[in-house]
Amino acid sequence: MDSMVWHSLFGRFVWIDLPVVKAWQDPTISNIIAGAAAMIAVFGALAGLGLITWLRKWRYLWSEWFTSLDHKRIGIMYVCLAVVMIVRGVIEGVLMRVQQDLAVNAPGILAPDHFAQFFSTHGTIMIFFVVMPLISGLVNFAMPLQIGARDVAFPFLNSIGLWLSVGGAVLVMVSLVIGEFSTGGWSGYPPYTELAFNGGVGPDYWIWAVTMSSLSAMLTGLNFAVTIYKLRAPGMSWMRLPLFSWTALCTAILMIFAMPPLTVATLLLAADRYLGMHFFTNDLGGNMMNYVNLFWLFGHPEVYILILPAFGVYSEVVSAYSSKELYGYVSLVIATMAIAVLSFTVWLHHFFTMGQSANVNAFFGILTMLIGIPTGVKLYNWTWTMFRGRVRYTAPMLFTLAFLITFVIGGLSGIILATPPLDYMMHNTLFLVAHFHNMLIPGTLFGMIAGCQYWFPKAFGFRLEEKWGKRAVFFWVVGFYMAFMPLYVLGADGATRRTVEFSNPAFQPWLLVAMCGGFLILAGLASLFVQVWVSVKKRDRLAVPVGDPWDARGLEWSISAPPPEYNFVSIPQVGHRDAFYWRKRNHGAYKPADHYRDIEMPKNTGWGVIFGLGMAVCFFGLVWHIWWMAILFGLLSIAAGLVRSFQRDLHKIIPAAEIEAADRHWLAIAAAATPVSRHLEETPSNEGRAIWPE
Amino acid sequence: MAGVNEPELLHAGLNLANHPSEKQAQVESDVFGFWVFLMSDAILFALLFVVYGTMLDATAGVPAPHTDFKFSSSFLETLALLSSSFAYGMVSLNLKLGASRRWIWGWLGVTFLLGAWFLRLEIGDFTDMVAHGETAQASGALSSFFVLVGTHGLHVTCGLIWIVIMAVQLAIHDIDERVKINLIRLGLFWHFLDVVWVAIFTIVYLRGLLA
Repeated sequence: MDSMVWHSLFGRFVWIDLPVVKAWQDPTISNIIAGAAAMIAVFGALAGLGLITWLRKWRYLWSEWFTSLDHKRIGIMYVCLAVVMIVRGVIEGVLMRVQQDLAVNAPGILAPDHFAQFFSTHGTIMIFFVVMPLISGLVNFAMPLQIGARDVAFPFLNSIGLWLSVGGAVLVMVSLVIGEFSTGGWSGYPPYTELAFNGGVGPDYWIWAVTMSSLSAMLTGLNFAVTIYKLRAPGMSWMRLPLFSWTALCTAILMIFAMPPLTVATLLLAADRYLGMHFFTNDLGGNMMNYVNLFWLFGHPEVYILILPAFGVYSEVVSAYSSKELYGYVSLVIATMAIAVLSFTVWLHHFFTMGQSANVNAFFGILTMLIGIPTGVKLYNWTWTMFRGRVRYTAPMLFTLAFLITFVIGGLSGIILATPPLDYMMHNTLFLVAHFHNMLIPGTLFGMIAGCQYWFPKAFGFRLEEKWGKRAVFFWVVGFYMAFMPLYVLGADGATRRTVEFSNPAFQPWLLVAMCGGFLILAGLASLFVQVWVSVKKRDRLAVPVGDPWDARGLEWSISAPPPEYNFVSIPQVGHRDAFYWRKRNHGAYKPADHYRDIEMPKNTGWGVIFGLGMAVCFFGLVWHIWWMAILFGLLSIAAGLVRSFQRDLHKIIPAAEIEAADRHWLAIAAAATPVSRHLEETPSNEGRAIWPE
Repeated sequence: MAGVNEPELLHAGLNLANHPSEKQAQVESDVFGFWVFLMSDAILFALLFVVYGTMLDATAGVPAPHTDFKFSSSFLETLALLSSSFAYGMVSLNLKLGASRRWIWGWLGVTFLLGAWFLRLEIGDFTDMVAHGETAQASGALSSFFVLVGTHGLHVTCGLIWIVIMAVQLAIHDIDERVKINLIRLGLFWHFLDVVWVAIFTIVYLRGLLA
């Protein structure tokens, strides 16, 4: 084909950009791994699509799930996205540990550029396409139920946010099959990611995937904040708000204010790369330090966006599985808010070594250490909640206990790094890698897993079986310690991060232990899949249709499991903190409504799906300089977003009779269920109704 | 000003007094959401201002942006945009007082023309600068100037498109509840662009001209 025609049709794509072709032409181990990964991604996608076709589930998925504006379903889809992406993220982590173990005075299995793609995709995926979707998912699912609302404030915007996230994840996955991903790390620092040093498609994939995630998070945060401000049930005053919803609010506020800096950073980098501007270049007045500031103006609040909802989950889990009121609720609320505010004042500690004066560093070092105070308050609160409680060691509770201890270790290494002179020694070493994994794995991931296990019965109507859950805890916790504690030692010994090959033989034993830890974490992930699989098979014995399997406290437990689309037959009146617990103890639970009324709910719509995926195709066009594709799909997406503003028939009415029938049916189940005490919680006799007093 | 003193009126410009209170709460949260969006957008502009401030001296041997500023055109731009905001204020008043949609169309048209005039002047400024070799690619200072002022211009362009869309929706749906809500949001957006412009006029143009 004529090269000009080719270029206008396919941009800068050439066949060698396919990892499979590259592996065929130059079969090194590194290229074969890349080619195999591409094949796995393609065949995995084909297998998934084929399975749906074979089961004839396309219509069901489209009409019941993809187009749904129900916050619970959108939440579950967010979690599904995270589950797909965490598989890739963990496997990449393990392969990096294998590489470093093999590459002491040897090349190992990954070429340097390929290794750089590994740590870039691993970080990008874990932050933007695993943990962020988990947070959006859990908050979407649980928060409206907790505050007694029928849905979020902007259901369509919610769908747009979800599909923007999916689109970003699709871009990252496509980079595995067509072309390559960035080698610039998850933070994408220029000038390395500038055109002059990195002219390929990698940084562009990174820019657009992250931009999509960033826009999604901003819109989602806006939605959550407005929902909590405006849609709380009557009587749900601020000091009666469940703690998870409090953390959701703080996270939402952080998303509103901290996502724009990321969008600005990525778009200015794009302006450099696409329009030849000079924001962060080496020449003509560019200043890469602006990028570093912008990125961490986002990046540090982001840490708390990730951690606060997990703190919320721990608060709910500790209280429920200890059968005790949360100790020091007010101080927990204040601590959460304090952390949210402080999170905007410490971004500079990510680059103490960039060259500002010692006084500036000292200022930010002290502010950083201050965050330890509210966080410490929280640890005491959780500990005191357990004190003299009726503690049950379920999997979510074990994750919480593992977090309590492990997080303190991470916090202590954080104090070390917050001291500028020490940071000068540790900067850019594996010590830092150990530190932030020490914060984010127990601090976020354990919390998100615990949250998924805790609310799973509410979402699907049956509990998760405990045996594989406990195995998962074991593998995750032991795997974590084995994988990351050696990195502290290595880092203190001077092992730099993002290094493809080490020359110091003394590192070898530590790297070996770390690699074994990586495999244990993989086993932990596999155990979670087995847990879900086994639970689905045994779902009849694990069923909890009445909906309160843990004798828990919030309004979300006062309704059936799974909840009806409209959540509440009538909007609850809240008179106390821990509203449902109080109602249970005072003969107010499982009562029919005084009046059954028609309920108006939003109709499903596919425009959000078209918008999000259209944007992904548009950005794919931008990555490869396929301008017709970028323009066509960009316009299509904008049109899809606009169409809805012209539509009027956006709601459906669920008739009162239908609601009454469903409610009475559930009340009959609740009346027939045998209430169980806590020592029968994990037995088939637990149908989701608790007995009291014990 | 008949509507203002009615106790049920929860949001200025929106005559929903006869609707059930659940509806009012819904409308209130719809508009509040847009305020939150504007806060986020304000952060975006704040950061672009900061970047501009740090790159004032990054001229790389090319004349700094302010050497080509003209008081006359930046003053006229200010005039155009501020009076377009006044025109939009008339849209809101007409909406609140229940005027016929002809008036709303009329004032939307005035807003549009003034906004378009602003954009015409701004594009004129930009082409002049480019003609003098002051392109966005020439230096960091110029990059940050064009992106800061250009992002505002892009917002104005979006606002103009939005005005057209609202005019069309008025034709299709008349003044129904969703049109009202979106006109209020558009108003917030349009006035917000004024606020940002006042900052641009002061910090970029006046400061530059004084230098």
